[in-house]
Amino acid sequence: MTSTFYTPLHTPLYDWHVAHGGRMVEFAGWAMPVQYTSIIEEHLATRSAVGLCDITHMSHFRFEGPGAGDFLGHLLTRRIGDLNPGHLRYSLVTNDEGGILDDVLVGHFHDAKAQPFYVVVANGVNRLKLVDWINAHLPKELAQFPGQEVAYWDVTRLWAMIAIQGPRSLDLLRPFVDADLDEMPYYTGAEIRILHPAGRRQGGIISRTGYTAEDGFELILGVGVAPGVWQALLEAARPLGGLPTGIGARDTLRLEAGMPLYGHELTEQVNPFQAGLGFACELHNLDYPGRDALLRLKQQPLESQRIGLEMAGRRVPRQGCMILAESRPIGQVTSGSYSPTFEKPVAMGYVTPEYAQPGTRVDVDIRGRLEPANVVKLPFYRRNPKGKHK
Amino acid sequence: MTPEQLLYSKTHEWVHVETDSSGTKTATVGLSAFALDLLTDLVFVELPEVGRAVSAGEPFGEIESVKAVSDLYSPVDGQIAEVNGPIVEKLETLAEDPYGAGWLVKIKVSDDAGLADLFAFAAYRKQCEEESQH
Repeated sequence: MTSTFYTPLHTPLYDWHVAHGGRMVEFAGWAMPVQYTSIIEEHLATRSAVGLCDITHMSHFRFEGPGAGDFLGHLLTRRIGDLNPGHLRYSLVTNDEGGILDDVLVGHFHDAKAQPFYVVVANGVNRLKLVDWINAHLPKELAQFPGQEVAYWDVTRLWAMIAIQGPRSLDLLRPFVDADLDEMPYYTGAEIRILHPAGRRQGGIISRTGYTAEDGFELILGVGVAPGVWQALLEAARPLGGLPTGIGARDTLRLEAGMPLYGHELTEQVNPFQAGLGFACELHNLDYPGRDALLRLKQQPLESQRIGLEMAGRRVPRQGCMILAESRPIGQVTSGSYSPTFEKPVAMGYVTPEYAQPGTRVDVDIRGRLEPANVVKLPFYRRNPKGKHK
Repeated sequence: MTPEQLLYSKTHEWVHVETDSSGTKTATVGLSAFALDLLTDLVFVELPEVGRAVSAGEPFGEIESVKAVSDLYSPVDGQIAEVNGPIVEKLETLAEDPYGAGWLVKIKVSDDAGLADLFAFAAYRKQCEEESQH
């Protein structure tokens, strides 16, 4: 019985989740289904067919105005002003010391009146922290670039988000969406109209992105239309072998995909180079909080490095388990789970660089007992190239 | 065994105690259907060696699901007399027949005072209902 001082937020699909056996847990301040029937079944349905997951808990910010793209470039670790309409970019938000405040996806779109805007999708747990961060930096930007107006809204509570992931996601979505999804490359998206069971088309934003290592899409909708679209998509997904999936399967899927999760692999105590996310930091000709620190950190040897671990035995390492070599602590597990695809436990964690080479034998202290493990190359899972994006 | 005939611990183990003609008590221990449903995706069970001493309220093994690991607690003092070895490779038996083929261990009881802390079926069911309500 956890004591909470607030009621977790409900997504527009909350009633549906509860009515369909969703085991509700508090996650990032939201009541979310960890699973409906079984994490393993839901995970495997996503790998073999298609999984639909309510990810409304993600934070959503909308930026507009002539200075919006440049402002985001001065807040995030990557240039945004040159992002073409219909494109998305993965980026980090770093603090002045180069620690990771969040990892986000930024998309550039045009609304119905052809006005450009940017969508920033951030982690649910970091919403208020980011609002504070934006509010602390926006006035400086506006003072520095007069006339380059920037307006932003936290639209988290207005937008629902559904992840449609798996090799059949394209077949599922094609009849619902008035855009040529087949020709939509990875990390692009569009403002679309989507079929609603009430017979009307509803506006939304779709992108070919995801957190599972499968082909797939992420769909943003108004909260009012989300339940109808969710049910219609699910009805069409079931004959394809699709299932609704909870955040339990979302976590095991992203772990197999070697994708970091904020609060696990990513924290303010970790810098992008340790996390293997140096590619997401532009260090030259761009100024943002943490840039100078990152330039310095890049010249220094890493204190630790993100790695993958495959366990020899069946006991499952969890976040916080110590990693040892020759009986000496060398790091910690940040995420660990049984892998439904490989049918054995896998984990991610940080170790000192001399033990980060794939093939290195280490031990993990799981509840007081050492379990042998092998450092392996990330990701654990890559999809069959047959389903590769164009 | 039917669930109504068993005793239950707070930690969801069920117990059935039998006394043979010589007066020796043997406790069969398993995990309740409620607990197995909560765990859902079992991935691993670790059972003790035969002969190991166990104490009431102390762990004798562990059970792991995709999301979490839980200790298995002994309801009595005694010694492990038998373990259900085959279920380690056939975890689905646990949920399919939790009060029969899904038993975990049999304990030769040296002190059954721990049984006084257990619930009868009705009281256990009430505890489970309360647990599912939050």
